[in-house]
Amino acid sequence: MDFFWTIVAMVVLVAIAWRFLGQYMVAVYEGRVRYLGFIERPIYRLLGTGPEHEQSWKRYAGSLIAFSGVTLLIGYLIMRIQGSLPLNPQHLGAVPPALSWNTSVSFLTNTNWQNYAGETTMSYFTQMSVMMVQQFVSAAVGIAVAVALIRGFSRKGSSTIGNFWVDTVRGCLYVLFPVAFVAGIIFVSQGAVQTLGGPTHIKDVLNGVTQVIALGPVAFMETIKQLGTDGGGFCNANGAHPFENPTGLTNLLSLVLILLVPVALTYVFGTMVGSIRQGVAVLAAMTIIFGCWLTFTAYAEHQSNPAVAAAGVTHQPGGNMEGKEVRFGDTQSALYGVVSTQTSTGSVDGANDSYNAMGGFGLLTGMMLGEVSPGGVGSGLYTILLFAIIAVFVGGLMIGRTPEYLGKKIQAREVKLAGFGILVMPITVLVITGVAVSIHAGRAGPLNAGPHGFSEILYAFTSQANNNGSAFAGLSGNTAFYNVMGGVAMLFGRFVIIVPTLALAGSLAAKNLVAASAGTFRTDNTMFVGLLIGVILIVGGLTFFPAVSLGPIVEQLTHHKFFGAAFGPVLSTFTPFGHLLSGGIL
Amino acid sequence: MSSTDTAPVASAGGDGRAPAPRGVAGQRSLFDREILRYAGVEALKKLDPLVQVKKPVMFIVLVGTVVTFIESITHTTLFSWSITVWLFLTVLFANFAEAMAEGRGRAQADSLRRMRSETEARRLTEGSVEERVAASHLAKGDLVVCEAGDLIPSDGEIVEGVASVDESAITGESAPVIRESGGDRSAVTGGTRVLSDRIVVRITAERGHTFLDRMISLVEGANRQKTPNEIALTILLAVLTIVFIPVVVVLQPFGHYSGATVSVVILVALLVCLIPTTIGALLSAIGIAGMDRLVQRNVLAMSGRAVEAAGDVQTLLLDKTGTITLGNRMASEFFPAGGHSEHQVADAAQLASLADETPEGRSIVVLAKERFGIRERELTGPHEFVPFSATTRMSGLDVDGRQIRKGAADAVRRWVTEHGGSVPTGLDDLVESISRQGSTPLVVAEDAEILGVIELKDVVKEGIHERFAEMRAAGIRTVMITGDNPLTAAAIAQEAGVDDFLAEATPEAKLELIRAEQEGGRLVAMTGDGTNDAPALAQADVGVAMNTGTTAAKEAGNMVDLDSNPTKLIDIVEIGKQLLITRGSLTTFSIANDVAKYFAIIPALFVATYPQLKILNIMRLHSPTSAVLSAVIFNALVIVALIPLALRGVRWRPSSAQAILRRNVLIYGVGGIVAPFIFIKLIDLFLTAVHWY
Repeated sequence: MDFFWTIVAMVVLVAIAWRFLGQYMVAVYEGRVRYLGFIERPIYRLLGTGPEHEQSWKRYAGSLIAFSGVTLLIGYLIMRIQGSLPLNPQHLGAVPPALSWNTSVSFLTNTNWQNYAGETTMSYFTQMSVMMVQQFVSAAVGIAVAVALIRGFSRKGSSTIGNFWVDTVRGCLYVLFPVAFVAGIIFVSQGAVQTLGGPTHIKDVLNGVTQVIALGPVAFMETIKQLGTDGGGFCNANGAHPFENPTGLTNLLSLVLILLVPVALTYVFGTMVGSIRQGVAVLAAMTIIFGCWLTFTAYAEHQSNPAVAAAGVTHQPGGNMEGKEVRFGDTQSALYGVVSTQTSTGSVDGANDSYNAMGGFGLLTGMMLGEVSPGGVGSGLYTILLFAIIAVFVGGLMIGRTPEYLGKKIQAREVKLAGFGILVMPITVLVITGVAVSIHAGRAGPLNAGPHGFSEILYAFTSQANNNGSAFAGLSGNTAFYNVMGGVAMLFGRFVIIVPTLALAGSLAAKNLVAASAGTFRTDNTMFVGLLIGVILIVGGLTFFPAVSLGPIVEQLTHHKFFGAAFGPVLSTFTPFGHLLSGGIL
Repeated sequence: MSSTDTAPVASAGGDGRAPAPRGVAGQRSLFDREILRYAGVEALKKLDPLVQVKKPVMFIVLVGTVVTFIESITHTTLFSWSITVWLFLTVLFANFAEAMAEGRGRAQADSLRRMRSETEARRLTEGSVEERVAASHLAKGDLVVCEAGDLIPSDGEIVEGVASVDESAITGESAPVIRESGGDRSAVTGGTRVLSDRIVVRITAERGHTFLDRMISLVEGANRQKTPNEIALTILLAVLTIVFIPVVVVLQPFGHYSGATVSVVILVALLVCLIPTTIGALLSAIGIAGMDRLVQRNVLAMSGRAVEAAGDVQTLLLDKTGTITLGNRMASEFFPAGGHSEHQVADAAQLASLADETPEGRSIVVLAKERFGIRERELTGPHEFVPFSATTRMSGLDVDGRQIRKGAADAVRRWVTEHGGSVPTGLDDLVESISRQGSTPLVVAEDAEILGVIELKDVVKEGIHERFAEMRAAGIRTVMITGDNPLTAAAIAQEAGVDDFLAEATPEAKLELIRAEQEGGRLVAMTGDGTNDAPALAQADVGVAMNTGTTAAKEAGNMVDLDSNPTKLIDIVEIGKQLLITRGSLTTFSIANDVAKYFAIIPALFVATYPQLKILNIMRLHSPTSAVLSAVIFNALVIVALIPLALRGVRWRPSSAQAILRRNVLIYGVGGIVAPFIFIKLIDLFLTAVHWY
């Protein structure tokens, strides 16, 4: 499908979902949807809780941490003993400890960073009981935190912010499960595989060898991986694999699924705080950033690959095709890459490592902004609201009032929590990257030398601390150092932001509302959207500018221009060159 | 409520704005030499690390200075020494800014202290015997005697007598005021002088806690507490400081990985340039200056918190008299009734008012003269004035067998009927129509015959209507408080353009109104002076007590207006807003500045390793070292350049939040991005021109 029409279709579908899924989700989290009550109620009974047991922010956070700790441990143990567990037709052995830790953290934190190739490392049982379950649950937890924060804004003088267990169960049952199921059927109809029958062996008579075609329960994992902005695919090739992403329709559907919940949450936000315009303002900021990054990245990828050009092929009408799936091409791949990195998904349908320097810059910096455009399920909304609080604080002062957001006074405690939540990610990325480039174990990681090698390390920790999961594949991440440090980055990037966010929700919920007047700082108009974008760009820019200068910017400048615009003769059989060159030159 | 009409009338400026500052605060130029000298000395004293550590942003700069100093000693270069000196100057400039703001307060405190001369008090002992003790030995509850010429030794309440008191030392108002025992005018302030008569005062202040003591410590900012918003902003600045430490520190390993040798001096310079030094340096100065601006308008805020709250006020409760209308009602028209002529009404009214020395009475005489040329008459024959009393609610004159009365409609009507007269038809309609226009009808009668009605008009201050419209645009509701009946109140409210009014206001009704507003999430400001205003003053978020008011009122409020001019409430709101806007704008400016500094320093840092990064040197600065030094110099000088703005405050004009935001984002946000590009380039050109490099 044409790039333009893909975007049009994507925008139309997401816009429809924004309205209707949003409205539906409001009903879900307000407890008005009960058609699966026969499943819901026994779960609550088992947990000894229920919708009537409202929690303070501390209880809410405590439940979340306890739940996460337990699932982290279970995930780790399953990987360690998968050899003795059923549904293992390939007889795959135990996953090594460091990799098990990294992977368990990765799926717990909605990151889905994969230091392994799924089809040759994880049994079907592991894929389904650890990966897929966490893809549902971690997404539901993210939405729960966002909903708790929204309640902080919408409630008045309240000591509670909802119930963690109820929010998580409802998110899984009523939002994620139905959508993933319906989408999964479509994926299967398009040719995505869904079987427990084990791999197929094909005898290559000509060469006398047997080729193994990995199969498995792929299709439904695929849809929840996108819907939950998780990103961890069944196979190593992820969305570039024809069994995961068989057609143009599934590719489009993948994009829509990724954007669905983060975008719809802005509707939930607007509705629950009593003014849909507030949600639209946040969505507008998200959309504008997204649009800019998409334009930039797609433009960068539409340029020639400088290494290919250096080899004499100056005319590359298909743009940079190194590491791209021919089915999708340059701009469509860039679209997928931007959608995936501007959310916390991290699934790919091309090799990010092979992007042009500025294309890689687009993906990398998209994450560095904190993944707020529209960001991961739940995490996108709650992170952008942290930025909004800072924007409101500075902007509100400028009109001569002690600042307030949606009628809630923004005081020392709110600034402290929002500020803390915002600076966790950059500090984590920078410090761990600093350690990695300083010690031998870290320096051994990247395949490439110089700025691109630096970018690979920087990208790895940016991706993990943002719970994204995409990678510049040139990094050999499956080492003790990268597994352990990556796990730390992911835990920090997830929970050290979630806890202050919940504290913020508690603090806001307890406050009373300040009446609005003509003297109130408005947060539902163009000015505020601009201010919010400004704060996001300034914070991201100021914290990462030096690091990015040493990576993609230097790399690009080495080619003596920001965008190589060399158009030469038509190169019709382009892809073979890409494969030829991908190993050798970069 | 009762006393605002006797507040110094001179201060009730015609255009509804407060008069020019005077009194205790006086006015000093921004760059008074004495203050400059003081600030210079203090700036050095404030280098004490124990002082610096309280300001996280500037503390980092000080630490950085030490680092570059050591680096300069071990690896001496002109560059490292230049950076060290300018970093040191950055700290000094920040200290200087704070000391400037404090210096202005100190100058005021000194003039107050001079006034608090050690006086002797004449204390009454048990047996009513006078003994002389030092004023500083007076305890709460002591009784002291003051006679003409004595300084009142401490704050107290008059328990006996009446005196005229010169309070100019505190208020700057030269006209003496009357103080008397009982009622709302019994409070006296230590340091003021009795001009006539003898009074006995019961001391109400603890030693060292007199009004004067409090004033001194307030203007000095001695025990200045950080206000809630200031704390919140300090946290934001700390966050912005903390985040830049790893950003800069990791450049060492990043650079090393890339094969670059990263100079520690440049890293320190980068860190100092990135952290919000501009606002960090000026933050406390802005707070002190905000209090100072209030003092200059003769308002004492008991806490900085109150000043901040003033910026948030959404509802202003304004006393009608003195704030919305000129203090006094004026006769504006004579209406005849019962077939009499207007001239007859005027004539009788003039006679009845001859002895009436109230402003209303005088205005009747004036109107009679203006309209009918009726001159003031000397009464030669036997005559008797009938003074106004609360029971008769009439006043008048008995002369040549004529009995002339003027007064409230129902009172005069009763008087006439009692004397066998009748009430002419149409009188009731006339009286009511005058009331409805917001005026007060005074009925004039002579010998059981009603002649007509005088209309006493409340004169709404010129320009007040526009002022309230501005307030409305700024989202501030104005509520007029008056003791008038609802009919009259509605008419004046309409004419003045207030949003709402509270008629026949009692202290309870006022308190209830404040509570209702607050429950609706609005902050309320009000003025008051009587003891019965105290609960409302305490309940209001900003309670401004008039200095003429009672001690109870002054203690209940969180501000005292020395001029006792209720119009100032509007100025107080303005000052509160200015304070917050200045903080917000300079924060924005400070952060926006970082963009240009990055473009100056990052290429300089790595250009040796990656020459291609010179493309980022978009200012085309001469050399890496001149680029870094220019950024550091700019960073230091911008503090000095913004001191006047910090002390004066960013201008606030009542307009919608949107308009203000647009303006400030443009000036301080966009301007903050652009300005450093220009000035860093200019500094670089200068450094190159003088061959510093």
